[in-house]
Amino acid sequence: MKQLLTLLAAILAVTLPARAQDESIVAGLSQNVVSINATFVGSEILIFGAVKRETPAPDDELGVAVVVEGPSQQITVRRKAKRMGIWVNTDAVEVQRAPSFYAISTSAPFDEIIGEDIDRAMHISIPESIRIFYSEEVDDPENFAEAVIRIRSNAGLYKIDEGAVNISEDTLFDTRIQLPANLTEGVYKTRIFLTRDGEIVANHIADIDVRKVGLERWLYNLAHEQALIYGLMSLAIAIAAGWGASAIFRLILRS
Amino acid sequence: MQIYLPIAEVSVNAFLLLGLGGLVGVLSGMFGVGGGFLMTPLLFFIGIPPAVAVATEANQIVASSFSGVLAHLKRKTVDIKMGVVLQIGGLIGAALGIQLFNYLKAIGQVDLLVKLSYVIFLGIVGGLMFIESVRAMRKSSKGVVPTRRKHTWVHNLPFKMKFRASGLYISAIPPILVGVLVGVLAAIMGVGGGFIMVPAMIYILGMPTKVVVGTSLFQIIITTAFTTMMHATTNYTVDVALAVLLLVGGVIGAQIGTRIGVKMKAEQLRVLLAMMVLAVCIKLGLDLLLMPSELYTLGSGGH
Repeated sequence: MKQLLTLLAAILAVTLPARAQDESIVAGLSQNVVSINATFVGSEILIFGAVKRETPAPDDELGVAVVVEGPSQQITVRRKAKRMGIWVNTDAVEVQRAPSFYAISTSAPFDEIIGEDIDRAMHISIPESIRIFYSEEVDDPENFAEAVIRIRSNAGLYKIDEGAVNISEDTLFDTRIQLPANLTEGVYKTRIFLTRDGEIVANHIADIDVRKVGLERWLYNLAHEQALIYGLMSLAIAIAAGWGASAIFRLILRS
Repeated sequence: MQIYLPIAEVSVNAFLLLGLGGLVGVLSGMFGVGGGFLMTPLLFFIGIPPAVAVATEANQIVASSFSGVLAHLKRKTVDIKMGVVLQIGGLIGAALGIQLFNYLKAIGQVDLLVKLSYVIFLGIVGGLMFIESVRAMRKSSKGVVPTRRKHTWVHNLPFKMKFRASGLYISAIPPILVGVLVGVLAAIMGVGGGFIMVPAMIYILGMPTKVVVGTSLFQIIITTAFTTMMHATTNYTVDVALAVLLLVGGVIGAQIGTRIGVKMKAEQLRVLLAMMVLAVCIKLGLDLLLMPSELYTLGSGGH
């Protein structure tokens, strides 16, 4: 994965306009591992950095976009329609991949700092992050893609925060990305784009590793790797607690 | 206090779960129903993924029913022989039901059929119980003793067995058939099946109400333990942390519920249960009839 990313970075460096080499990003994250334990209520990540340049700064306005993207999943989107008086699922569209989490922070309105072509090529905006199978049975797959964005935005999983990146003295930038409590495990890819006049002049990629730890980790592994033992254990714990709680309750009543 | 559930992968308030468990536990103890038909929709509502809610609920019912059975065993209101006969039917039914469920899944629309079967069965069971028990309450207030021992087709079948705790001498065929029916429905609807078992015992088998509750709980334990294992080994969706929180509330609730149940008249219990079953039925029915606020739903992909 890392090799692929370096390769991609190398290709980008070659294909981007010549002035791309003039500026580059030096960035850091407040944490690159998020540990999910029993009391996990979400996390806030501070992403900060500086623009390194060899030549004087160009006149164009500097733009910064920070994108944090959770692991992708294949999902099925179903639509209800009224059939014989009741609402039933009728059409379904397979969404090839949709990120489980997607947050964008920008220093200015999105359209002003990232051009449409760049967005399409680099998959930056929320609609560009979703890939859909164009099914022949459905005339309007775009409505299904919109539904994914709408449902996940309402759940706080997809968000765009324009103006959330602070830039000081045309060099330093920082932003905070809030990770919600209902996170999926996996590698969260963080991309930072430096733009001038709608074109990307530099980018930087970092990974945030989100994983369960401690008891959460142990239970999750047991449930998936030793399912029979986990099932029996769940039943044993349930019955033991049944006994225990009723015994305690009787003791309380008697005293 | 927020707690992150390892299998459900969501963070929820621990006291909310304890409270929900307690509430459903009271009902479970009072009526001898597992409460799955109430708890499962409640868990959806607080944001637990449906697959996890159904599987974990089965596990939780094992525990809450267990303490209920203990309370009933003490008062000797469990007909163990009847429970075993019902269970034989129940396991056959569950195996058939899982086959049916997989078939429905293959042709799609499994959600709709689950909901429709909820509405239909809750409607029939709740409606019949409500009418019957209101009639029984009227009769007893007029001082007329209700006649229970009627000779029906149930009493003319072969393989007769004596069920001492229920005071019955009937064929083993009707209890096995009841068990099969409940097993099939439990597998399709993902619940213990108590809300169908209880009225079936009263109206088809003619068992005394006081014995019905304990015997139903006894049967539910085995069905739900079987379901829990099925879900744990095939779908990995049993969340033990969620189950423990629900059951701590649930077990205490069930003890309270059992005590309330003993103090109430059988007809009153039945009217209350009927009203609750009808309320859930109406809620689910409206969901099917009214236009949903969100027409689209997301499901895990890949067939």
